[in-house]
Amino acid sequence: MIALPPFALFYLAALAVALTRGRVRSVVLVATPLLGALNLWTLPTDAALTQSLFSLQLEWLRIDRLSLLFGYLFHIAALIALIYALHVRDTLQQVSALLYAGSALGAVFAGDLLTFFLFWEGMALTSVCLVWARRSPASYSAGVRYLVIQIISGLLLFTGLIMLWRETGSLAFSYIGTDATYGWLILLALGLKAAFPLLHSWLVDAYPEATPTGTVFLSAFTTKVAIYALTRGFPGTELLVYVGATMACFPIFFAVVENDLRRVLAYSLINQLGFMVVGIGIGSQLAINGAVAHAFTDVIFKGLLFMSMGAVLTMTGRVNGSELGGLYKTMPRTTVLCIVGAASISAFPLFSGFVSKSMIMSAALKEEFFGVWLLLLFASAGVFHHAGIKIPYFAFFAHDSGIRVSDPPGNMQLAMLIAAVLCIAIGVYPQLLYDALPFDVTYTPYDVTHVLTQMQLLLFSALAFVWLNRRGLYPPELNAVHLDFDWTYRRLLPQAALPLIAAIVTVDRRLRQFALQRLQQVIGLARQLHSPGGVLSRDVGTGTMVLWVTLLLAVYLFLSFT
Amino acid sequence: MSTEKQYLLDKPRNVQRILWLLYAACALVLALDLVVHRHTEHPWEGIIGFYPAYGFVGCVILVLAAKWMRRLIIRPKDYYQRSDLPPHPSREEDAP
Repeated sequence: MIALPPFALFYLAALAVALTRGRVRSVVLVATPLLGALNLWTLPTDAALTQSLFSLQLEWLRIDRLSLLFGYLFHIAALIALIYALHVRDTLQQVSALLYAGSALGAVFAGDLLTFFLFWEGMALTSVCLVWARRSPASYSAGVRYLVIQIISGLLLFTGLIMLWRETGSLAFSYIGTDATYGWLILLALGLKAAFPLLHSWLVDAYPEATPTGTVFLSAFTTKVAIYALTRGFPGTELLVYVGATMACFPIFFAVVENDLRRVLAYSLINQLGFMVVGIGIGSQLAINGAVAHAFTDVIFKGLLFMSMGAVLTMTGRVNGSELGGLYKTMPRTTVLCIVGAASISAFPLFSGFVSKSMIMSAALKEEFFGVWLLLLFASAGVFHHAGIKIPYFAFFAHDSGIRVSDPPGNMQLAMLIAAVLCIAIGVYPQLLYDALPFDVTYTPYDVTHVLTQMQLLLFSALAFVWLNRRGLYPPELNAVHLDFDWTYRRLLPQAALPLIAAIVTVDRRLRQFALQRLQQVIGLARQLHSPGGVLSRDVGTGTMVLWVTLLLAVYLFLSFT
Repeated sequence: MSTEKQYLLDKPRNVQRILWLLYAACALVLALDLVVHRHTEHPWEGIIGFYPAYGFVGCVILVLAAKWMRRLIIRPKDYYQRSDLPPHPSREEDAP
C-alpha cells in the first residue's frame, strides 16, 4: 500500500498556502494538521517508504511507538500554533511555519540518519524565517547567530554520520551510544539543539526575538526533535543525567532576574528540557516513558505560556515585566489561560506537568540518583517560582501599568483554549497519554504521598515568593541586558581576536608593500632596458648581422678541420 | 470623565484575603504531614516538614543567589547593539 509520509502533506500545504490567499488559505492552514493526523491514524503500523540512492537505502518513513507519539504531538502542536497564527497576513511566516512543522515530522519518522540529517537542516533553514519575520534589527542579527549555530549542529551531525557509515557500513538510526568518536559528534550535534549547558544560548537569544506567533512554533519543534533523537540514540548514557540536572537548575537563576517575559519562558524551556534529558540518561523504562511524556506535556503547556505572552505582546506591543502589570483587568481570559499553563508547568496535581514530571522524579529515586533527585526537586520549586508565579504575576497583576487592552483576537483565544483543555485533560486522565508511551509500565501519579509532597513543595515556594516580595527582597524587573554564554562569541572572542586581527593586518600590509616594491623594481629595470637609448632598444644595421654570421661560419669551418 | 472602574484586586482587602488563603493552605498541608503516613524511598523524605522546608529555603536561596549573580551580569540595554553584526538596512531609522 502506498503510504503518504507525514512531512509530504505539510510540504504540499506550504505550496498551496503560497499560491492562495484569504479564506482559502485559512482553510488550508487548519485542514493540514487535521488531515495529517487522520493520515497518521490510517497508516498501517508496518508502513515504510524506502528509496535507493546509489548504494544507500533512504528510509523516509519508519513507524514505531516512539515516532508515532512524537508524530501525533507535532500534529497537535502544529494545529494549535496554526490556529493561533491564523490572523497573521504574512506569507513568509505561514509558508515557513508549515515547512518547519513538516521538517520536524520528517525527522521523527526518518528511519536512517541521512534522511534525519536532511530534515534536521530543513528545520534550521525554515525556522530561522520565523525569527527574521519580525523584521527588526534585533531579530535580524539574532536570526543570523541562530542560523550559524544550527548549521554547526548540522555539520557535526553530518560528520558523525559519515564516520558511523564508514565504520559500521549502516546508516540505520537506532542506538548509537558514546563508545566511538562518531557517537560523541552526534551527541554534540543533538546537544546543541537540545540546549545543553554552554550550548544553550542560541535558544534564549533567538526565541524571544521571533514574531509573537513564530515563537510558538519554535518552542514546539526543534528542541523536541533533539529530545526524540536522544531518546533513540543515547538512552541510558549516564553523562546525560548530570547534563540534564545542570540544565534543570542553572536557567532558573537567569529566569528570576530576566525582564523580557518571553526570554524567561525560553530559560524555563531549557529547565524543562533538563528534566527530559535526565530521564533519557537514567534510561530505565519508567524514566524513558517519563522523558517522552514530559516532552509531550511540555510542548502543550509551554506553547500555552508562549501564546499567552504572545497575546500580551500582540495587544500591548511590549513584553517586558517592568512595563506590564494589571492586565487582568481587561484581559481576563488570557489571564486565566496563562494561569492554567503556569499551573501545568509547575506540576500542580490535576495539571499535565504533574503526571509526566513525577515519573522522572520517581525514576531518579528508584535508580538511586539521590543528588540528582534533590537538584530536580530544587528545579521544580524554582520553575514554579519563575514560570508559575513570575510570568502571570508581572504580566497580569503586580503594579498597575495603566495599560487597558482587550483580549486578543478570537483565533488566538481558541488556540490557547485548546491547549489549556489538553493540559487539564492530560492532568485529569493521565491514562490517555500513558497508553501511548513507548513502554508498558504501570505508574500511578495520583497517590497520597505524591500529591501531598508536591503541594507542600509548591505552596511553600509560593510562600517564599510572598515573603520575599513583602520584605522587598525580590529583585525588581530592570530594563537591561543580562549576559549569558553568548557573550563569549558576541563579545569576548571578537575582542580577544582584535590583537590577532591587527597583527594579521600589519603582516599582510608589509608583505604587500614588499611585493609591490619588487614589482616596481622589475618594471623599472624593464623600462631602463627598453627605453630609448636602452641596451635592448638600440638600432643595429643588417650589415652587422651579416658580419656576425660570417664570423660564426668561419669559426664552424675552422672547428670542422681541426 | 468618570472615575475608573474598581477591579477585584484594587481593594487591599481582597489581596489580603488571597494571602490568608495561601497561609491557611500552607498550614493545612504542613498539618497533614503529621497525620498522613507517606511512603518514602529516601531517608530525608521521611523527615517531617522536609518538602515544605526544602521548597521555602530553596526559593529564598534561588532569589538571593540570582540577585547576587545579577550584579555580575547586568549591562546597559544597548550593550550588544553598539557594534554587532553589519547593520540592518532599517537600523539607521531606529538608531537614536
